[in-house]
Amino acid sequence: MSGHVTSKKIYFAVFGALMILTAITVGVATLDLGQLNTVVALAVAGCKATVVIWYFMEVRHARPLTKLTVVGGILWLVIMLILLFTDYISRDWMAGPQAW
Amino acid sequence: MNAALAPPPSAPTPSETPTHYLNASYGFRSWLLTLDHKRIALLYLASITLFFFIGGFYAVLVRLELVTPAGDLMSAENYNTAFTLHGVVMIFFFLIPSIPAVLGNFLIPIMIGARDLAFPKLNLLSWYIYMVGGMVAAYALFTGGVDTGWTLYAPYSSTYSNSNVTATAIAAFITGFSSILTGLNFVVTIHKMRAPGLTWFRLPLFVWAHYATSVIQVLGTPVLAITLVLLILERSFGFGFFDPARGGDPVLFQHLFWFYSHPAVYIMILPSMGVISELVTCFSRKKVFGYGFIAMSSVAIAVLGFLVWGHHMFVSGQSVYAGMVFSILSFMVGIPSAIKVFNWTATMYKGSISYSTPMIYAFGFIGLFTIGGLTGLFLANLGLDIHLHDTYFVVAHFHYIMVGGAVMGYLGGIHYWWPKMTGRLYPEGWARFSALVLFVGFNLTFFPQFLLGYMGMPRRYHAYPEEFQVLNVMSSAGASILGVGYLIPMIYLFWSMRYGRLAPENPWGAKGLEWTTPSPPTTFNFDETPVVTEEAYEYVKEEKH
Ligand code: HEM
Ligand SMILES: [Cu+2]
Repeated sequence: MSGHVTSKKIYFAVFGALMILTAITVGVATLDLGQLNTVVALAVAGCKATVVIWYFMEVRHARPLTKLTVVGGILWLVIMLILLFTDYISRDWMAGPQAW
Repeated sequence: MNAALAPPPSAPTPSETPTHYLNASYGFRSWLLTLDHKRIALLYLASITLFFFIGGFYAVLVRLELVTPAGDLMSAENYNTAFTLHGVVMIFFFLIPSIPAVLGNFLIPIMIGARDLAFPKLNLLSWYIYMVGGMVAAYALFTGGVDTGWTLYAPYSSTYSNSNVTATAIAAFITGFSSILTGLNFVVTIHKMRAPGLTWFRLPLFVWAHYATSVIQVLGTPVLAITLVLLILERSFGFGFFDPARGGDPVLFQHLFWFYSHPAVYIMILPSMGVISELVTCFSRKKVFGYGFIAMSSVAIAVLGFLVWGHHMFVSGQSVYAGMVFSILSFMVGIPSAIKVFNWTATMYKGSISYSTPMIYAFGFIGLFTIGGLTGLFLANLGLDIHLHDTYFVVAHFHYIMVGGAVMGYLGGIHYWWPKMTGRLYPEGWARFSALVLFVGFNLTFFPQFLLGYMGMPRRYHAYPEEFQVLNVMSSAGASILGVGYLIPMIYLFWSMRYGRLAPENPWGAKGLEWTTPSPPTTFNFDETPVVTEEAYEYVKEEKH
């Protein structure tokens, strides 16, 4: 928590990483990867979020309870995405008229 | 007069009025800038009561319209506005803040032996945010209202409705933050500020229930906020998140909305369950049965509550397979709820039960919540729900939970802690009478709606076929009784603030740190930090003579 001074070098490195990842997102958006579109987009977004949380938000120096809280938040996001995708993946498994 | 009401022999007979949180300072500033959790609780009490009556006004309009089969009192548009505003106001501005922001705010610090919440300024801020949200809602309401239903389903809300959708969404967005701040404050307070000796498993169950509720508030509410932002972006700037014509998916809105709003129903019911746990042990004079199970079932409800939202969407175009998953998970949420009901019942078994007003409310809660919960299981059936969805059966189901459960618990809690909050006793006879009026009025209002829904009467229409009239008239008649039942406590509670008998420290002979403080408590609750040496609810059963 307090007492840790993060060097400017790390901040610039993180900034650089975020910029590169953004470029990847933009680049990938121009390709058609089929089913993989969403997977890649989410993977890149996940990397960005991890970098921000770990370095900018200083979670790497946080106490266990704080880390647990962060993990809880992420877990909830994962719950949301998984159950959401059970719908989107299986919508056209059944024969018959398609919804959307 | 109840034996439990008589002041204990050692009760001080105040010759001069002692200083407490109510008379410590006077004037508007001392209230509007207060950092005292108890005063903030009263600010909330006043504001949510106001919203309760606004929401009630719209319920009256709905019930009046439905007395006759023809849509004669209001146009279809006005009727749509009436039920929407009823839902929006009651849910976002009354029931969600009700128990946490009033009773939780007042009691949690005292119950855990602290001087205040962890972040008193954040607490005051949450009330201001709530009021700003309330004013935006009032703006939406006075400039034409909204007609989308409180669920704000897209693409109707995002593309077609001409009513004040954006203002309503902004209002709900803003109040959401007051809810998040309250939850955050409780989590930190419960983690960090417990008195020495007050281990997690000695916490009152009221505190456990609020801990679970707070987790939902913190993790769920942001999703609602984002959903509303997406809605506003689509409506105002033409983004295509939900409108199929623009490449969106309307079902996605329902997913995101219910990811918050199903857990939100637990934001409404869990605190009420916490209240009932306190009432049942106190008025049975027995240690609660299965403390650990009740505490952990609150946590289980908070977690499982996030896994079931798709049960609102069985007929929405959601995949049938997802529907199956949500159906099974929904049945599982029934388990922790049932655990609580069984444990309260077991607590009463062989207890020495007294029928004071709060206990009457607790009985009401247990019965009505059980009916509400069991009909929820009907609705969680993939097949049966095709028949029941969007009928009055659903309306009856959630009112049994939200009014029969949550509001009964709220009123029971208000009565139980009223002497602590105000230093005055309310008139017991009137209180019991109105609790019974509420119970009768409630069932007369909402039971016929189960039948109507089962017979196929859809919700959200201002007209209906002739054959449904008898049951609808019964329901409206019940609603008028219910209305009287809410007015009586308003009157005598107000009256008692000035004329009620002075309350002793512990009028019920209850356990818990809040009953060791004076009634009303001093500004900092405790002169010295209490040390807790026993488990919760160590009631000694009175000997039978
Ligand atoms: C106290 C807390 C209450 C809450 C949280 C609440 C909540 C709700 C909600 C969310 C709806 C659904 C609105 C919609 O369909 O969009 C609703 C409908 C309704 N409520 Fe309440 N309600 C409360 C109290 C009452 C009371 C006291 C009455 C009657 C005196 C009442 C009568 C109705 C009626 C008749 C409807 C049906 C409207 C319709 O869909 O046609 N409610 N309520
Ligand atoms: Cu639900």
